[in-house]
Amino acid sequence: MSQSLPVKSIYSWVDERLGLSDIIAFAKHKTVPAHKHSFWYYWGGISLFLFLVQCVTGVLLLVYYRPGPEAFESVRQITYVMHFGWLIRSAHSWSANLFIFAIMVHMFSVFLMKAYRKPREFGWFSGMALLALATLFGFSGYLLPMDELSYFATKVGLQIPASIPWVGPFVAGILRGGPDVSEFTVERFFALHVVVIPAVFLPLLAFHLWLVQKHGNALPPSEEAKPAAQRKSIPFFPNFARKDLGMWLISLNVLAFLASVFPWQLGRQFDALASAPNGIHPEWYFMAPFEMLKVLGNILPGAAGEIAGILIFTLGIVLWLLIPFYDTSSSRGARARNAHYFGLAAIVLLIATTALGYWAVR
Amino acid sequence: MTDPNKHPLPVDSENMAEEQNPGTRRAFLIAAGAAGLTYAVAITYPVYRYLASPAEMAAAEAAVTEVTLKDAEKLPTGSALMFKFGFAPAMLIHHDDGTWTALTAVCTHLGCTVKYEPEQHRIHCACHGGVYDPKTGGNVSGPPPKPLRRFGVVVGDAGVTVTKNFKA
Repeated sequence: MSQSLPVKSIYSWVDERLGLSDIIAFAKHKTVPAHKHSFWYYWGGISLFLFLVQCVTGVLLLVYYRPGPEAFESVRQITYVMHFGWLIRSAHSWSANLFIFAIMVHMFSVFLMKAYRKPREFGWFSGMALLALATLFGFSGYLLPMDELSYFATKVGLQIPASIPWVGPFVAGILRGGPDVSEFTVERFFALHVVVIPAVFLPLLAFHLWLVQKHGNALPPSEEAKPAAQRKSIPFFPNFARKDLGMWLISLNVLAFLASVFPWQLGRQFDALASAPNGIHPEWYFMAPFEMLKVLGNILPGAAGEIAGILIFTLGIVLWLLIPFYDTSSSRGARARNAHYFGLAAIVLLIATTALGYWAVR
Repeated sequence: MTDPNKHPLPVDSENMAEEQNPGTRRAFLIAAGAAGLTYAVAITYPVYRYLASPAEMAAAEAAVTEVTLKDAEKLPTGSALMFKFGFAPAMLIHHDDGTWTALTAVCTHLGCTVKYEPEQHRIHCACHGGVYDPKTGGNVSGPPPKPLRRFGVVVGDAGVTVTKNFKA
């Protein structure tokens, strides 16, 4: 870099006090494995970028959003009155969906590359918790415009906690803030969406990123099998960081394209007395569990089906979460193969039930 | 930027090709800078307009040049009516001698809303003790640097019309 004298002296002034050179030297020293599966390393970074977009656009929406009885009116104002409000809202909604998509790609690639094995178990657990929080972000944010779709989606969505035996109705009532979805619901969902969930999410994200920093990128089994001399790697800084930024730029462009060409719609204001609109369905990331519960409900009608559905679903998630304890070995064995098949089966099941769900509401 | 022929660039070993061709490097930096600037503008412009929306709407409101206050001709003497003129508060005063004055109610010192005090024949700003003449809006004492802006008043049968242009 050709630096003029003032830039250099400012840099050395800051460097003396904050030790920037140490950080740069450390980043240059750090390496990232390079191999045919390296592409999947970028998805955590893409998720992080989309989360940052969520923070920025979310704060901008906060400037005009009013929870409570005026919720719909304020979103209408943002969408149709404030300059570029439609774009900011559209970017927030689109990046929310892309965010969950990117986390899922990240999760499945971590699963199939077996990056959850020792010493990265906590990375896996914290990542799963972050995904769970991301879907809660999605669920709570979806209600905030208080249009017809968000009203019914929340009504239906709260039936799932409500069907937990014994405590279900109580839990759903507390979440809902009354017997039906109303302005009280939107107020507490707002508090969850902008304060409670971020307050849990941010430290967890810091923990997750610190773990990535501590343990570095995991090698997939195919690379581990190679002798160390044959493995390739690139410096984190500037090589990997540059590619990472390139991916961020691509994500930004995809987001800008989607948000401006397909602006997020605002439906009619909710009406507690109106009947549900035709073709109503959950967001795509809730479609698979929704469809599985529906299919099970057909096989086992009534409360038995509901309870069985929730049990099977919970069991599946627990097994998924505990995979680092099942597949521990670093060599390829029967357990490693089974874990691999479990991952593939989960992907196929999710895609199939999601497709089935969309086919059913088409 | 310095003269490209003069600067021996401290480039790390992997950028040897760039070192050999400073022209390409310079073109790349210019293109990257232009692209970065385009992104910066494409993001900050909508955000700025979004945040400036209420200010722009207020500016549109301020473009109002007259307002008719319904039934204001019935205002008793020795009292004032506060109303919104454009986006700012204003006051219509009916004096004891039957004359009328319309003034902006925003203190010229630091923008507090002033109050008409008929018993003391003054307009008073509670924030820093500024005093104005209720007939003319002139700054009488205290910190205000300028008089309150005076508006035109036309008293009709069904209301009082206040206009931006005051003709003495």
